[in-house]
Amino acid sequence: MSLIDLAAVSFAYGRGRKVLDGVDLSIEAGRNLGIVGESGSGKTTILRLLLGLAQPTSGKVTFRGAPLDPRNRPFMRGFRRSVQAVFQDPYSSLDPRQKIADIVAEPLRSLNVETDIDAAVAGALASVDLPPDAAGRYPHEFSGGQRQRIAIARAIVSEPELVLADEVVSALDLTTRIRIVELLKSLSARTTLALVSHDIGFVALLCQDLVILEKGRIVEQGTARDILSSPKHPYTQRLLASTPRLPEFA
Amino acid sequence: MADLLTIENLTIRHVGRPLVSDVSLSVAAGERVGLIGESGSGKSLTALAAIGLLPDGMTASGSIRLSDREVIGSADRDVAGLRGTAVATIFQEPLTALDPLMRIGKQIAEAVRRRAHRDGRSVDVQAEVLGLMVRVALPDPARLARAYPHEMSGGQRQRAAIAMALACRPSLLIADEPTTALDVTTQAEVLTLLETLVREENMGLLFISHDLPVVGTAVDRVVVLRAGEMVEQGPIAEVFGRPRHPYTLGLVEAARAFDQAIGAAL
Repeated sequence: MSLIDLAAVSFAYGRGRKVLDGVDLSIEAGRNLGIVGESGSGKTTILRLLLGLAQPTSGKVTFRGAPLDPRNRPFMRGFRRSVQAVFQDPYSSLDPRQKIADIVAEPLRSLNVETDIDAAVAGALASVDLPPDAAGRYPHEFSGGQRQRIAIARAIVSEPELVLADEVVSALDLTTRIRIVELLKSLSARTTLALVSHDIGFVALLCQDLVILEKGRIVEQGTARDILSSPKHPYTQRLLASTPRLPEFA
Repeated sequence: MADLLTIENLTIRHVGRPLVSDVSLSVAAGERVGLIGESGSGKSLTALAAIGLLPDGMTASGSIRLSDREVIGSADRDVAGLRGTAVATIFQEPLTALDPLMRIGKQIAEAVRRRAHRDGRSVDVQAEVLGLMVRVALPDPARLARAYPHEMSGGQRQRAAIAMALACRPSLLIADEPTTALDVTTQAEVLTLLETLVREENMGLLFISHDLPVVGTAVDRVVVLRAGEMVEQGPIAEVFGRPRHPYTLGLVEAARAFDQAIGAAL
């Protein structure tokens, strides 16, 4: 069953050039989707549309078959509880003046979720392998990788069906990056992930399905296995050929 | 072969605390050496020390010989003469290296004039600028020479920065994360360009990066830094093919995991 659908979606800022043009995609429950493209491909605009933060110029965005309507508050509250996001920069996405407990609890409070907040926060922190005493500390006391874990804890605390992640490992070192991949892999058992990234190696580690974007259009979509083993579109072929790999040494 | 850059037992301190400890490396003409490490490993500080541009408050000890001149302890006016002749540097973000208010052709011309003045030569500046732009494969050089940096793509800006470095005709090129801000398809083009230029000009290259696969394809020898300390160094096939230090092994395994994912999807 699909969670979110984009049907014939186009988007332009004002009267400018279309930054998305005729995009069709579905995020299916239980199948992680990777949205891959380079600068200016429209990745971030798709993410904004998926989060309901922007409205398409034409076409439709639906959540469980119903159109996303910011005026329908009860519907949007259910949507926000079901769809959460993690952003690229763990330094700017956490409020430096709030303790971790308050940061992680924020979705529960703003969505009026009736639950034991302290227990939910402790559970979310445990899920991302942070110690319970992290709750009483501030963001500046943590490294970049730990901050990204806090952002992920905040995204999963409301037990969403879908977590959208925008370049979540780009700002991290290689060894930290691989640990976040392992964490996201373990979270995949309980929530669906949609990963927006320029890094095809990263999404390939986590996603069953891929969408390849170039200049606002989808040039190829399908299973990761098919696209990576036999890319059809010249742009996908170029993207894969350009991705540096560590040479094999005898 | 004489080394263009020799760093011996370099230690950099800030308020008494060591940020880089006992690092030694050398780069000869025609040699491509990688300096790899994660955030805070001291790779960029090592490069800044090599060109005598450490931030205020940091002190260096040990020895850095650049074109047979000692950098540590020398007056800035002596080291300044080496920058732009013995060594040129390109940085991660070309926008910060370029003047936003000056057309790109003029910026390259400035480097051409400066080098010609130092050499006591007279040059056809315009012809040399266009020649350099062709050399770094900038399209339609006559038109692009009149463009401002914001009118160019990220890849074009980095090519322009490389053209400015080449205008200095340095014997050693230091490239500090030169492709990190670029898309992968542009990155591949810029790496090929750097490889060609270094080979054809017989320059030495000190290539700084956190990205193992990029370093693996761009250099012959590599130095691995961790928290300011050198953990391993040697030919690329040895260090990445048979890593001796657990830290290097961890980096190689992480890089291989991403590579294998592209080869074998879920």
